[in-house]
Amino acid sequence: MIEVRLSAVKGTRPHEYLIRFLFGGSATVLAGLLAQRFGPGIGGLFLAFPAIFPATATLLEAHEKKRKQRMGCDGTVRGRMAASIDAAGAALGSIGLCTFAAVLWRQLPGHNAALVIAGAAVVWTLVSCAGWEVRKNRMFGLRRPRRTGAGG
Amino acid sequence: MMDLVIRFLVGGAVVSVFAMLGDVLRPKSFAGLFSAAPSIALATVTLTIHKEGKVYAAHDAASMLLGAVAFIFYAAAASFVLRRCRMSALAAASVLMPVWLGVALGLWAIFGGRG
Repeated sequence: MIEVRLSAVKGTRPHEYLIRFLFGGSATVLAGLLAQRFGPGIGGLFLAFPAIFPATATLLEAHEKKRKQRMGCDGTVRGRMAASIDAAGAALGSIGLCTFAAVLWRQLPGHNAALVIAGAAVVWTLVSCAGWEVRKNRMFGLRRPRRTGAGG
Repeated sequence: MMDLVIRFLVGGAVVSVFAMLGDVLRPKSFAGLFSAAPSIALATVTLTIHKEGKVYAAHDAASMLLGAVAFIFYAAAASFVLRRCRMSALAAASVLMPVWLGVALGLWAIFGGRG
């Protein structure tokens, strides 16, 4: 079940938001500079640069570790596992990223730009969520409780 | 110069919004999807279309497709390394960055001229 926990926002410190902002801003500038220097071929690669992942995985690991330490455990392994699960999700999200890029590539020259960008974002969301759902069902489908047939 | 400042501000803002979405969503595997959100592309494509036109932006997107394939390898490798090796998330994410770059440039060398 997908949940939204707004309380998680309070757990993130201001400097952590700043780090993400700097990562994101720098990666976007880098993509622009490379496109200017080498053309859209090399510059375009960096539109799919893993800009958020290092910061997000590091923060997630630190938060999980701290949470476990408050409970009296070491938390190192737990933190790493949380980051590993985040990375597995990112792999699924990057399949969606491929479809996002494909929609822009094929549809942008002949159609309204705003509509194509919005459509590509919708396709990213649908493909990523579908990938996540399929993976979840494959991983946990076998663990569903069986009906005992007691009621005949 | 102004163009770079705008890119920095827009890119930073879009990446921060997606990162925040990843923070508040559970389970973690679902939140992880947002680590591969098209944040840089969303920040950049509009500016590129405005400045260079739609055809140029479509060429950008063709290369982005190759970068996204490289991202799949990178994220899968990061997940594997974090699960199997005693390496921190920052170390794994940094050490594996050449995997992303190598796969992306390799794919571009093979398919780059065909977009």
